[in-house]
Amino acid sequence: MSAPRHDWVAVGRETDIPVQGARLVRTHFGDIGVFRTASGEILAVEDRCPHRGGPLSQGIVHGDTVTCPLHSWVISLRTGKAEGADEGCVRTVPVKVERGVVLLAASALGARKAA
Amino acid sequence: MAQRLVVIGNGMAPGRVLDRLFEKAPGRYAVTIFNAENRVNYDRIMLSPLLAGEKRYEDIIIHGDDWYARHGVTLHKGKPVIRIDRAAKQVHAADGTIADYDKLLIATGSKPIVIGVQGHTLPGVLTYRDLDDVNAMLSAARPGARAVVIGGGLLGLEAAAGLRAHGMEVTVLHLMPTLMERQLDESAGFMLEQAIKRRGIDVITRANTEAILGEHRVTGVRLDDGREIPADIVVMAVGIRPNAALAGNAGLMTGRGVIVNDRMETSDPDIYAVGECAEHRGICYGLVAPLYEMAGVIADQLNGTDRHYTGSAISTRLKVTGIDLFSAGDFADGEDRQEIVLRDASSGIYRRLVLKDDRIIGVVLYGDTSDGAWFFQLLKDGTDVAAMRDTLIFGQAYAGGATADPASAVAALPDEAEICGCNGVCKGKILAAISEKGLASLEDVRAHTKASSSCGSCTGLVEKLLSATLGDAYSPQGVKPVCGCTDLGHGEVRRLIVAQELRTIPAVMQALGWKTSHGCAKCRPALNYYLLATWPGEYVDDQQSRFVNERVHANIQKDGTYSVVPRMWGGITSARELRAIADVVEKFRIPTVKCTGGQRIDMLGVKKEDLPAVWADLNAAGMVSGHAYGKALRTVKTCVGSDWCRFGTQDSTGLGVRIEKFMWGSWTPAKVKMAVSGCPRNCAEATCKDVGVICVDSGYEIHIGGAAGLDIKGTEVLTKVATEEEALETIVAVVQLYREQGWYLERIYKWMARVGLDTIRNQVVEDAANRKALFSRFGVAQRFLQKDPWEERAKGADAHEFRPMADFARVEAVR
Repeated sequence: MSAPRHDWVAVGRETDIPVQGARLVRTHFGDIGVFRTASGEILAVEDRCPHRGGPLSQGIVHGDTVTCPLHSWVISLRTGKAEGADEGCVRTVPVKVERGVVLLAASALGARKAA
Repeated sequence: MAQRLVVIGNGMAPGRVLDRLFEKAPGRYAVTIFNAENRVNYDRIMLSPLLAGEKRYEDIIIHGDDWYARHGVTLHKGKPVIRIDRAAKQVHAADGTIADYDKLLIATGSKPIVIGVQGHTLPGVLTYRDLDDVNAMLSAARPGARAVVIGGGLLGLEAAAGLRAHGMEVTVLHLMPTLMERQLDESAGFMLEQAIKRRGIDVITRANTEAILGEHRVTGVRLDDGREIPADIVVMAVGIRPNAALAGNAGLMTGRGVIVNDRMETSDPDIYAVGECAEHRGICYGLVAPLYEMAGVIADQLNGTDRHYTGSAISTRLKVTGIDLFSAGDFADGEDRQEIVLRDASSGIYRRLVLKDDRIIGVVLYGDTSDGAWFFQLLKDGTDVAAMRDTLIFGQAYAGGATADPASAVAALPDEAEICGCNGVCKGKILAAISEKGLASLEDVRAHTKASSSCGSCTGLVEKLLSATLGDAYSPQGVKPVCGCTDLGHGEVRRLIVAQELRTIPAVMQALGWKTSHGCAKCRPALNYYLLATWPGEYVDDQQSRFVNERVHANIQKDGTYSVVPRMWGGITSARELRAIADVVEKFRIPTVKCTGGQRIDMLGVKKEDLPAVWADLNAAGMVSGHAYGKALRTVKTCVGSDWCRFGTQDSTGLGVRIEKFMWGSWTPAKVKMAVSGCPRNCAEATCKDVGVICVDSGYEIHIGGAAGLDIKGTEVLTKVATEEEALETIVAVVQLYREQGWYLERIYKWMARVGLDTIRNQVVEDAANRKALFSRFGVAQRFLQKDPWEERAKGADAHEFRPMADFARVEAVR
């Protein structure tokens, strides 16, 4: 698998995020939710439920999904897609962890180059 | 002429290098060993059995004095090396001994990490690393003496078990929520904790050591929550740090350890490093299997064969007699991964395999680890397991054998097979009862045979027997499962939490066979409530299993802002409170202020980041959280009663305030709204509340089970009492009964419909002793729950909830 190349920007430490929880990163392009799953994986998606724009980072995290706090849509943090009968998708944000530091793709934070 | 090989360190890894080297190339090297310990090479893996008294030192010697003599090895015992002179190719020992080398092997091992808390140098603070440590522990080990072991990893638990075997009172302190969290998932960690506790070892998780106590020697340990645990010895087993200083001082490249390449060479090709001091591809290994693999590669390199070491898959086994536990590989969840889980709570078996692309990448086994080696081999070999996937979890014996469909497995059981372990009911007896007595439901079987009537863990088996016997005529009764993660309903889950004394969410999921590893947004809040209500003061509330409103103590709105409702006792407020509210509204530019139906003031549109500051200002005026966001006591609405009203019969306002001050802070299965009206004109609308009081001349009518939301329902009269004291006691008792019996999200009117008003009346009204017991249990719970969550957060608790992790919008705006 060839991973796309990104410039990365540090947004905080892995341990800043509660396990089975999330933290918010604010950008000019809208908020990003950075999630930490029970197994310790860090995943990031646009913090806007495709249903009514609910802040996904405030939801309950289970497995690699989150339940939106407004109307309980379940969104996959990996694909960004709504699960079950609901249809919709949020943008996922490339994220990686190096030595405990969480890095997001710079393109998602506003340091966006002309695409 | 033989080349000169000098080895610094005499542990298991260099011992293995020499074993292999002497096998392949006897006489090629003249070997000199410097050992800081005054001993021969012994098996450190066996320190735990040694501590436990299962082995003696002589049993664990790998190379006796004769071995060194036979291979012409010069062994300098008790001579630590203090310097490597790479230019002269010499090593210098502390006593002045100098040895020349052609090839040098650094095997300086590692040091135990000692946490630098206050008191860590006191006599009686030990580590667990070598024979001296074991001897120190053994000399302190008297029956009844107390030991605290800091660290619930592999070594710490083995040390604890060893000390316990000598009759000591042992407490294990572990910083993380579950034991051995690096090797085990939560479920296995929980089973391990139970097993350790069954051996009489106390385990405290989330334990952060603040200080080691004592003046001249250790007397105890203090945690950061203030708890103090007395101790005669303290064993630190929190991890190891590679000994890389000697190599670093000689100018070799070091990171965490001495950095080696795939040939196991350090940055100087004449110097190798092996064992726990070596860092290969960024990893320092602490387990014996990879160290032996490295040793084999070095022996080949020394013998002129260019073989490479590329890293090791690691497996772990706990060496505590009677506890079987095995883990290997990577067991994180992931979309491209599948998990296969087998749980058998009654026989204490848990197995979890993590698969990716039809290959095993992670294994956790608890209880029965006999297949550990087989799974580990499949993992290391990257064997495609697609063909045997259906029965893989059952282990090697089933591989490629018949399919293991659970229904057919039950059908295939012999008649004498025991189905219900609690009541000793076998399959034949259940089948006979079904056919002879014409039983058609689980309840029938429970009533006639007692099977599945105690712990309930065999319910699934009984149901399969029913369906196997009755075919389509059997339809499983209408128990609505809590969620897709389990087949059990709320009632069964609550009953089993109490019966099996389950005290954590992972424990419930494990013992009751949850089908997902971490539950979902439906079951986790329910379990969190049930555990909180069942084990007051003991259960640690899991914030991540709470809906956002209860996590941040405000109500989320459609735009992601929050609403804030301070408590106004009984609906009474004052100029000071109103002024504080007005000030807060202006200061934080809160867009909407509204009166609620429960006689409160609601401030809507507060930014999440502002919440702690808003609360601090409200707190300063004496106001606390109104819990308008929680499955909790919301409001007690009142009329002005005998204080002002010409019709008022009693002090309804005073009673409302009293009830609210007594009951606020309590968590309940669903929200609880109350009201007290001073006369039957009922201005406080008490007859559509969960609990309502109508005051009359002769006393207080207590009502329950009203609703004015999705459903509209008038209350029923529970009882009538003469005094305010009795009114309070009855109301508290009925709410406590609801706290103990209600299903999560089930309002009181639904609970009442389910269990019946008469049942409630019997327990709360007729049975005075039970009423008092319920009242007192509520009081116990309140000791832990009646704290203002706003004040805690205004003072900094859960600060991460209220701040973004990073704010790039603001940074650029400033620019």
